[in-house]
Amino acid sequence: MTDGLMAPLFNHWWLIPLLTGTLLAAITGPLGSFVVWRRMAFFGDTLAHGALLGITLGVIADINLTLALTISCVGLALLLLPLQNRSRISSDTLLGIVSHSTLATGLVALSLADGIRVDLMGYLFGDLLAVELSDLLLVVTAVLAIAALMSWQWHGLLASTVSPELAAIDGHPVKALNILLIVMLALVVALAMKVVGILLVSALLIIPAATARSLSQTPAQMVLLAALAGMLSVMGGLWASFQWDTPAGPSVVVTAAGLFVISLLNPKRVQQ
Amino acid sequence: MTETLLSADQLSLKRAHKQVLDNISLRIDSGRIITLIGPNGCGKSTLIKVLLGLEQADRGRIHRSPGLRVGYMPQKLSLDQRLPLTVDGLLKLAKGADNQAITNWLQRLSIEHLRHQSVHGLSGGEWQRVLLARALLIRPQLLVLDEPVQGVDVQGQMELYQLIPTLRDELGCAVLMVSHDLHLVMAATDEVICLNGHVCCSGHPDQVSIDPAYLQLFGSQPAIAHYTHHHDHHHCLDGHIATGTETNGEHSHD
Repeated sequence: MTDGLMAPLFNHWWLIPLLTGTLLAAITGPLGSFVVWRRMAFFGDTLAHGALLGITLGVIADINLTLALTISCVGLALLLLPLQNRSRISSDTLLGIVSHSTLATGLVALSLADGIRVDLMGYLFGDLLAVELSDLLLVVTAVLAIAALMSWQWHGLLASTVSPELAAIDGHPVKALNILLIVMLALVVALAMKVVGILLVSALLIIPAATARSLSQTPAQMVLLAALAGMLSVMGGLWASFQWDTPAGPSVVVTAAGLFVISLLNPKRVQQ
Repeated sequence: MTETLLSADQLSLKRAHKQVLDNISLRIDSGRIITLIGPNGCGKSTLIKVLLGLEQADRGRIHRSPGLRVGYMPQKLSLDQRLPLTVDGLLKLAKGADNQAITNWLQRLSIEHLRHQSVHGLSGGEWQRVLLARALLIRPQLLVLDEPVQGVDVQGQMELYQLIPTLRDELGCAVLMVSHDLHLVMAATDEVICLNGHVCCSGHPDQVSIDPAYLQLFGSQPAIAHYTHHHDHHHCLDGHIATGTETNGEHSHD
C-alpha cells in the first residue's frame, strides 16, 4: 500500500489505451463540430488518407512515424488551404482525387519498400491497444494545447464560421484563424489515426458532433456535448472490444454511431 | 456639418478577363443615403466588397476617415443547419454587442420576441431585420446594406426602405445600399449611382430615372413590368418588356 491507491491502476494494460482514446475524443468532438459547421467533412477524410503517404515516406526515410504522420498531415492541410475558398463542387472533386490517389500511392509505395514490415491494418483501422506511455504523453500535450487555443480564439473562430465577411469587417483575422483551425485539425487527425485508423478517423470527428447537434441550443453546448459523446464512444467501444474480442477502432465507431441513433430518438430533440 | 466618410478614386478590377469594375469614383458624405443600382452582374456586390476592404481592386484608391465604424448587412448568411444558433447568440458575436444594445435594437425593429429563437426558423423578413439589428449594434457611421434578403415580399421591402431614412436621422449615419429596383428606393434615397461595370449615370433619383443611360439599361430588363403584364399579354410579352415603362407611374409622366 505504500505506492498509494493509484499504483495498481498503472498495472492494467488497458489503462493507457483508455486514457489516450478518451482524451483524444475529448478534442475530436469539438473540432469535429467546426468541421460540420464549415462543411469540411471531406477535408478531414482527405487529410487522413493523405497521411498514409506520409507514413510511407517516414518508413522510407527511417524517421519517427508519428512525426512523419504529423508533418505530412499539417503539410497537406496547408497545401489544400486555398481550396477552401473555391466553389463547392469543384473542390469536392479535387479533394476526392487527392484523397484517394494519396491513399493509393501510399499503399503502392509501402508494398514496394523492400524488406520493411509495417502493420498496415494497424494504420488503416487503428491499433489503440498498441499505444504506449509516450503516445499518451504526446496526446496529453497536444490535446491541452489545442483545447487552450480553441477556447482562447473561440469568439473569432465562431464568428468567422458564421460569416467570414462579417468577421473580417469586425476586425477578426479570418485567414489566420482558418490556418489555425486547419493546423489543429491536421494534428488531431494525425493523432486520432492511432485510435481508429486512417479509414475511420473522420468518423470520430463527425459522428460525436452530429450526435451533439440534436441536443444543443448553442454552439458551446454542442462542442461540450460532442466531447462527451466522443469520450463515451471510446469507453464503450473499448469495453465492447474486450468483451467480444472485436477490433478496437471499429468498435469505437460503431458505439459512436449507436449514440447518434439514440440521440435521434430524443423526443425533445432540437428542430434541425 | 457633413464630412466625407469614404471616397473611392478610379477603382478598376478585372476578374477572368471581365472588367468587373471600370474606373469607378464615388464619395460618401455623412448623412447621405446613396443607392447603387444596376443589372445582375454589373459589379454592385463587388464594389461593396472593395469599399468594405474585403476584396482588393487592381487599381484605384480608397480613402476612409480614420476609425470609421461600418455596419454591414449582407444579403443573407449561408449557415449550416447543424450550427445551433439563436438570434441572441448571433448578435452577441458582433463587435460592440452588449445586452443593453441588443435589447434596444431588437425593440426598435420590433423583433424582440425572436431573441431566443433559433436562427434556422426565421422567415426572410425576420432574417432581414436580425441582420439589420446586427449591423446597427456598433452604432455605425456608415451603414452598408446589400440587396434585401431573398424571399422578402415587396411589402417587407417597402417597410425597410421607409425605416432607412429614420435610422439615418437617429444615428446621423450615411447609408450605402444596393437595390435592384429604383422605384422601391426612390423616396428613401438622396443619390443614385447606376452601375454597369462603369458608372452609367448618377445623381438625384428623379434625374436618374429619366436618364437615357438608365432607361437603356433597365428598359431592356424584365423588371416588375414583366409580372404585371404577364396575365393578359402573353402573346406580345417581348414588345411590352422592351417598352415596359407604362406600368410605372413615375415613368408615364416623362
